[in-house]
Amino acid sequence: MLPKQEVVAMLLAGGQGSRLGVLTKTLAKPAVPYGGKYRIIDFPLSNCVNSGIECVGVLTQYQPLVLNEYIGSGQPWDLDSTSAGVRVLPPYQRSRRSDWYKGTANAIYQNIPYIERYNPDYVIVLSGDHIYKMDYSKMIAYHKEKKADCTVAVIEVPMEEAGRFGIMNTNADGSVYEFEEKPKAPKSNQASMGIYVFTWSKLREYLEEDEANPKSSNDFGKDVLPAMLKAGERMFAYRFDGYWKDVGTIDSLWESNMDLLNPKIPLDLSESAWKIYSRNPVMPPHYIAKNAKVQNALVAEGCNVYGMVDFSVLFSGVTIAPGAVVRDSIIMPNTRVEAGAVVQYAIVAEDCVVGRNAVVGRRPEDVQDKDAWGIAVVGDGCSIPEGFVIRPKEMVDREKLEQEARKNAR
Amino acid sequence: MRGNNVLGLIFSNMHEEQLHDLTENRTMGSVPFGGRYCLIDFPLSNMVNSGINKVGVITKRNFQSLMDHLGSGKSWDLSRKREGLFILPPFDAEPFSPNDRIELLSSAQSFLQNSREEFVLITDSNVVCNIDYADVLSQHIQDKADITIVCRCGKPPAEFADPAVYTVAPDNRVCDMLINPGNKGECCYGLNMMLIRRELLIRLITDCVSRNMTNFKRDLLQRNVGNYRIYAYDFKGFAKVICSEIAYFDANMALMLPDVRAQLFDQRRPIYTKVHDNMPARYGLGSSVSNSIVSDGCVIEGEVVNSVLFRGVHVDKGTRVHNCVLLQDAAVGSDCRLSYVIADKNVLIKNERNLLGFESYPMYIAKGSVV
Repeated sequence: MLPKQEVVAMLLAGGQGSRLGVLTKTLAKPAVPYGGKYRIIDFPLSNCVNSGIECVGVLTQYQPLVLNEYIGSGQPWDLDSTSAGVRVLPPYQRSRRSDWYKGTANAIYQNIPYIERYNPDYVIVLSGDHIYKMDYSKMIAYHKEKKADCTVAVIEVPMEEAGRFGIMNTNADGSVYEFEEKPKAPKSNQASMGIYVFTWSKLREYLEEDEANPKSSNDFGKDVLPAMLKAGERMFAYRFDGYWKDVGTIDSLWESNMDLLNPKIPLDLSESAWKIYSRNPVMPPHYIAKNAKVQNALVAEGCNVYGMVDFSVLFSGVTIAPGAVVRDSIIMPNTRVEAGAVVQYAIVAEDCVVGRNAVVGRRPEDVQDKDAWGIAVVGDGCSIPEGFVIRPKEMVDREKLEQEARKNAR
Repeated sequence: MRGNNVLGLIFSNMHEEQLHDLTENRTMGSVPFGGRYCLIDFPLSNMVNSGINKVGVITKRNFQSLMDHLGSGKSWDLSRKREGLFILPPFDAEPFSPNDRIELLSSAQSFLQNSREEFVLITDSNVVCNIDYADVLSQHIQDKADITIVCRCGKPPAEFADPAVYTVAPDNRVCDMLINPGNKGECCYGLNMMLIRRELLIRLITDCVSRNMTNFKRDLLQRNVGNYRIYAYDFKGFAKVICSEIAYFDANMALMLPDVRAQLFDQRRPIYTKVHDNMPARYGLGSSVSNSIVSDGCVIEGEVVNSVLFRGVHVDKGTRVHNCVLLQDAAVGSDCRLSYVIADKNVLIKNERNLLGFESYPMYIAKGSVV
């Protein structure tokens, strides 16, 4: 029998993240690159390890290859221990009633045997689409102190944005009396961060009940939490303050990357007490050439910068040729920006080539119609021809570019 | 496929007297280089990239930093059940003489005897290069050589101590070997790397020990030039021998050349090193960087020109860093001026300091100093 683990973490990593468009065409959202050398999943994984949680199940479903490969043995996060560590948990076939993960709660339900092996007291449910540094052990201590059955981490958001989140309405002692998903008239600004601590015996009961209910959509926010509240279980809100950002949309992903460049935002990812670990590429330090101009930027290893870079994040192995300009943009690993190309307010994914004098995105101040403006996005492996223009807010992938090239050839 | 019947053996402590400042608290192998590496990363990665999967690292003294760097060998893919990395600490407590290669090899005898590989590749850790030892091996086999010595043709670096100079016949066979002949012209000099049959190596060591011969070059190689088939392998790629502080400085500066980087950090044969999990380098508002090598974890707000910055270096506002090598976690305060400075790990340079070395004499600041 495996040694008991007080806490088992279950990381929901199966979502497609369709709002990220071409960026999640071939990989799951948690595997999307972030911050020059990370992938989103590095945050929950590193938080787990730094909080002393040694046992993490990663639930995958949509396009899992990149994610599986990235997690590997879990060694970069010290999660390659013999008795616990990280396990990738895809849906699987069983003797009867096999199915895909139908919802977040169903994904956990299908893996009850995995959790039971460790005989845990608590289960923490995490999601793979947020950027934050958080000590889960404090939240678990709070859960114990309140003798709660379920604790939901909440963060204060501006009242006018509260309608976009799941809002927890609480009493003075922190207990939750109501949970509203995307309310039109929010009563509070405490948004759920999608982090739940459950007392395992209770959660198990509710998962089984939920599974037995054919009308249920098997979702934590929609079904399990409301059911628990209705039954009068002890549910508490745990307030977190610090940096937290959902990176589920192009705009928020771009903003969150830019936040790393802002010295006023406290998000130091190499702070020795709470490092964010990642699978590091094997590359030499980067080189900034003689006539290059680099300011307000995050530059990873293996880059060669000959051109101009301002307010941008360059991932490993990126080349910016002489005379190329990259502003307010995110350039993902191994992409080349050729001479004379101008990339502004854009996200260019991995392994792309932005041809000579090509133009990707524009600055908002140069666009008349503000509604037509947005971040331009180039999917992975694209080769943007010489002089080609990608308009603001446009999203291209390889197929679309190839189609257009064929059209032009005709 | 891994595995090519070659055992790697690295001397981590040789030539330390030539770099006495930097090796005061560490081995030659753990001398930091090129922004994020240690010198031993080059021979280790070269071996791994050439298919060698068993490497012994011979240590003598001061090897704490080396052990720290190597760990289990995971970063080089050498933490394995079959073969892998072996650290060979000194076997007995006797003080070693300076020219102690034979003694060290003799104390590694049991490691050599218990290995199964047919060949041994022996190298020091003071040459920065990206060499494919598989090529050396195939030439060795083709030449039916007993010993193949990796050489370089050209002018030996000025401060190269005791270079072995070889006279090589057109078929690569070594017909003569001179130690420190004193000529400054073009010649074929050894890079302190050689390939030898394991059993022959054991025999030659035993032979030297039994005759109380202790000089590796003189007694083991030179004496046997006529007795064995010794061949030279001419390595034509980029190679820098770190044989003085100036050579160390110059080799770091050579990384600014695109061609050198392309050869040394060939993506097909990457140089591995210990991972630190630092954030990518951050450039602040008003930073100005030109012709420099910058590593992860750096935070730059000032001006950096022609310099190599290791992981975690901070350069504050108003500071000018020109022609410097700043090792890991060195922090330079605001409004400083640094020129031709080698700052060791964790050096703290407070605000408004002026430190000026010279091209031919870079100023060295010892580990952990506060200026």
